Parts: sequence; structure tokens; C-alpha cells
Amino acid sequence: MKKFTQIATFVVALALILSACGGAKPTEAPKPVATEAPAQPATEAPAAATEAPVVAEPFRVAVIMPSAKNDMAFSQSMYDALVAIQNEMGADKFEFVFSEGMFKVDDAAAAIRDYATQGYNLVIAHGSQYGSSLQEIAPDFPETSFAWGTTVDTFGLPNIYAYEAASEEGGYVNGVLAASLSKSKTIGIVAPIETGDAKLYVEGFKQGVAATDPAVKVNVNYIGSFSDVALAAEAANTHISNGADVLTGTAQMVVGAIGKAKDSNVLWFASDANQSSLAPEIVVVSQVYHWEIILKEMISKIQSGTLGGESFAINLKNNGEVMEYNPGYNLAPEVKALGDAAIQGIIDGTITITLP
Amino acid sequence: MISELFTVTVLIGILSSGIRLATPYLYAAIGETFSQRSGVLNLGVEGQMLLGAFAAFYVAMNTGSLWLGVLAAMIVGVAMGLAMAFATVNLHAEQGISGIGFYLFGLGMSDLLFQKMMGTVRTVDGFQKIAIPFLSKIPGIGEIFFNHNILVYGSYFLVLLAWFVLNKTTLGLKIRAVGENPDAADSLGVSVARVRYFAIIFGGMMSGLAGASLSIALLNVFQQNMTSGLGFIAVALVYFGAWRPGGVLVGALLFSMVNSLQLWIQVLGISIPSELAVMMPYVLTILVLIATVSKVIAPTALTKPFEREE
Repeated sequence: MKKFTQIATFVVALALILSACGGAKPTEAPKPVATEAPAQPATEAPAAATEAPVVAEPFRVAVIMPSAKNDMAFSQSMYDALVAIQNEMGADKFEFVFSEGMFKVDDAAAAIRDYATQGYNLVIAHGSQYGSSLQEIAPDFPETSFAWGTTVDTFGLPNIYAYEAASEEGGYVNGVLAASLSKSKTIGIVAPIETGDAKLYVEGFKQGVAATDPAVKVNVNYIGSFSDVALAAEAANTHISNGADVLTGTAQMVVGAIGKAKDSNVLWFASDANQSSLAPEIVVVSQVYHWEIILKEMISKIQSGTLGGESFAINLKNNGEVMEYNPGYNLAPEVKALGDAAIQGIIDGTITITLP
Repeated sequence: MISELFTVTVLIGILSSGIRLATPYLYAAIGETFSQRSGVLNLGVEGQMLLGAFAAFYVAMNTGSLWLGVLAAMIVGVAMGLAMAFATVNLHAEQGISGIGFYLFGLGMSDLLFQKMMGTVRTVDGFQKIAIPFLSKIPGIGEIFFNHNILVYGSYFLVLLAWFVLNKTTLGLKIRAVGENPDAADSLGVSVARVRYFAIIFGGMMSGLAGASLSIALLNVFQQNMTSGLGFIAVALVYFGAWRPGGVLVGALLFSMVNSLQLWIQVLGISIPSELAVMMPYVLTILVLIATVSKVIAPTALTKPFEREE
């Protein structure tokens, strides 16, 4: 009997270990694109030899992400940004590791502390749910720089950077285009929780629609979760039954809604990452976050000795937000012109979005 | 504003989407009913669903055959059920703890396989709606009940089948006997181990099917942790339904209808804070549970391993 219990314990332990492997695995940084590979080693070798006495330590970054790095949304935008920086700076000067799928805040807090202990230069907690953990941990590691988003709050700590996305700007542009394309004059939004960049996106979208065609109705559905794909899909269904012929949404659970939009052949306006590949027939344009714009600023500040205390934002003007049209969708040129005008207006400041 | 809720279109919308939303709960909860009626609490449902959802999606995407996807999900469910049965029946593992272990295994494993074998979120063309001839033409009723995909119909058929098997067949009698009084059943020559194996494996198979109903029929995508707690609600629904298929059906429908009601409330712009709207199905479930639970009795041998007295 005792032996059985031992075996059972072993099985459970094995299961736990395996699950840990799946959930959060610090993975090696991906290799830079193959094109740079040939010829370089030969020329670099002597240079490295001469520089040998002053081997610069690579800049090391660790990221905690709430969902998978390939979620086609929020987490992927950060992962893609780090890959972009690495390709630019070189793998010998910039290293990064990540823990994905950290939807449990407790696990995330443990990972943040772990990374800080291991001496990473910058630890990024990519999710507004991690704020209070960071506030607690950061003072214990005054030499380490931390960043979190989306927020503007650095807690007044000298080693915390805050970052956010002015997602209302891309939301506005999406709203302008969506209002022009809606025939039924009804648009549905599938949103997660009424907070952070999701709330900003919804606000911007509504104003973009109102400015283009006040007759168009925008209905918002906050489903109360960042991960409930099934409910997001049913929310999309509800919008469609209610007559919506254009949908949009933000955060990682919207893939469920995109699937429904595709089935019912209604248009989709994307945010966070480029979602065209999910449904090439119906995705019109994606607001894509390019966090590398502000991350590079953060890195150079850290390298010159400032570890935090500042808040950054990506927006259309600093190219941290880019509207990526889906080449597979045939957007009428006169409608696209409206979208481009809205982008220009926001950059010039002739269009202002009032936030509540 | 509130009056908008009582138009025919909206009522039809609420009811038909409630019917759809209930589907994965029904598969998982009916499977769990069998398992619990035989005396085994399986908390690994969510993990079985996730692996089933992945298997169905992956196979359907690569072979183009949705039915092969369904088959794959059921095979994965059977395998998970087999492991669970071995742990609880042969090894007498503590059921709650090992169930959580299996859940975590399914959660991690489905994510790992997804990362390694697919790499990114993709979509698949899932089961299409089948409008049942004549019946689907009935105004209102047709749209609510007779215009869904095959796995939605299947889940309601399963409830009927489960009721029949549990109450009208020798197999059902054996399952109930083993869950109520395994010693007596054993003394009458019923193999407790074999019956429990059957019930747990059947439960696993249904959980796998529940996963498939999400990934290739209702949502047509696979994403990490896509069930997000659905499997645990299914376990709760078994208690809610007092371990009876009919009760499970009522519970699943009630929960889903209130959920679709709150979706419509928001879509129609009725001014209730979204947080409150989202809470509605859960609050209601708890209230009903409080009101009814004292009147029903769980299978006596639930969570108790069986060891023959020599």
C-alpha cells in the first residue's frame, strides 16, 4: 500500500514537472535571420581578438508575459519587439529570455524575483496585472531596472519604468474605416476587461466612428476575461445576431471572435498584433504595437545609468503604433484615403481624442 | 432600454446562443457524472478537454477531416482516462490531488505541443450548421433548436443516452451500485475495478469530445488554455445537477442562458456595469446551488478508493 502511494505521488510529481515545462520555459533567444550568417565569422574573428580586453557584457532582458509569445496579440507584440531589437543590436550585445503563459500573478511574481536575482539588466512585467507584485519586488533590487505596462504609474520608484500604448489612436483610425465600411450601420466590439489599453482602444474607436458617421451604432461587450476564447466567440455571435457587419476587439482572447467573424463573413479590425493571417478574407487593417521604439530608449537610459522613474508611450507619431493594412483585403482607395487622413490628423494634432 | 431585451429577435438570440454555449459543458459534465456515479471524482476534466481540443484541431488541420479530429480527441480522452483510472483504482491515489495533477499535465502538455507542432494561432473550417429539414423552418423554435452544428445536437443526444444507460440498463445499475456501496456490489460478483475503469475512461472520452466541440465546432481555433476554467464549471454542474443527467442539463442550460443574457445586455447598451453583468451566471449558479443542494445526497462512495476486505 505504501508503495502504491509512493508511485501515485511520483505520477503527480511528474505531471507537475511536465506542466511546468509547458507553462513557463525560459527559452534561448531565437537566432537572428539566416541572411547575416555567412562570411561574417571570418571577418569578425580577428576584430574580436583585438577587442578582447574590453569584452562588453551583453545587455540582458527578461520578460514575463501573460499569454503565449505567439498569441497573435498582446504578448506576441512584446516578443516580436525583442526579436527586432536583437536583430538590430546583434545577439552578442543583446540577450533576452522570457516566461510566457504567466496568467497566474503569483507565478509571475516568483519569476520576476527569480530574474532579478539572476542579475538581468532589465526585467519587464508585460501586463497591468503584475503592477502590485513589481511595486513590492523592485525596492529589493535597486541595481536592477524594471518595466511594466500598460500603465503610466512608476510608483515613484527610481528603478521602475512604465510604458503604455496610445491605443486610442489606432482605435480612432480603425473606427473611421469601420464606419465607412459598415452597411448595416451597426458595429460590435469584443473587449476583455474595462481597463488599460483595452479601454483606451474602445474609447478611440467609438470616437472615430462618431466623427465619420454619427448614425452608426457601436455596441461594446466586455466579457470579463483576457483568456475566455469561448465567451469571446459567443460575444461575437451576439453582435452578429444583433445586426453588426463589422467587428473589432482587443486582447488575446479575440481569436475566438475572429473565427466567428470569418464564419459569418463580417469584417474584422485588429489591434495589438497583425492578425491578417488568421482570417485573410475579412481582416481589413491591424493596429500593430512596436514596443521596440520605447524599449530602445529605455535601454540607452539604463546603459547611461538611469534605471527608471519615467513613463513611455508608443503612438502613431513615434511609429510605435503602425496601421498595417491586410494586402489580401481589397480596401477601396477612397476609404483607405480616409484612414490615412485620420492617421495624419492624429500625428499633426488636428484630430484630438478626448479620454474620459 | 430594458424593453429592447424583450423583442423576438433578442429572445431568439439569447436562447439559441445559450443552447450553443451549453454544448462543451454538457459533454464534460455528463462524462463526469458517469465517473462520479461510480465513485470517482475526476478533477482532471479541464486538462482532458485541453488535450482533446488540441488533438482535434491538429488532426483536423492536417488531414482536413473533422471526423478524424473528433476521433483523435476521443482517443486522447480515453488515454487520459486510462491513466486517471490506473492512478485512482489501482494505486488508490487521493482523487482530488491526482485530478489536479492531471489537469496541470493537460494544461502544460497541450501548450507544449501547441508551441512545438503549430507555433502560432491558426484557424480551421469547423463543423458547419445543419438546418434540420422542416423543423428548422418553424418560426423562432427552428432558429433556437434546429440550426446548429452536429456536435451541438450530439451533446443533447448524449444527455438522453446517459439518462437511459444510467437508469434503464444493467451497466447503469452496476455503475450506481459501485458508487453507492462497492462492498455489496463486489459481494454480488460485480467487478468494482472494471466498472470504475469503464466510467472514468468514458468520462475522459467525453471530456476529449468537449474539447473538440470547442476547437473544431464552436470556435475553430486553438489557443493556450482556451478552456479557461470551463472544465471546473462542468465538475460543479455535476453537483448542481445532483448527479443526474437531467439535472446536469438544467444546470448547463441555466448557466449558459444567463451568460448569453448578459452578453445581450451589454450589446444592447443597457447600462449595467460590465463587471456586474459578467458576474450574473456565477452568482445565479451559487444561489441555486445553495437553495437545492441540501436536498440531494452524493454517491456514498464518492472519492473513496475501494479495497476488498480479505
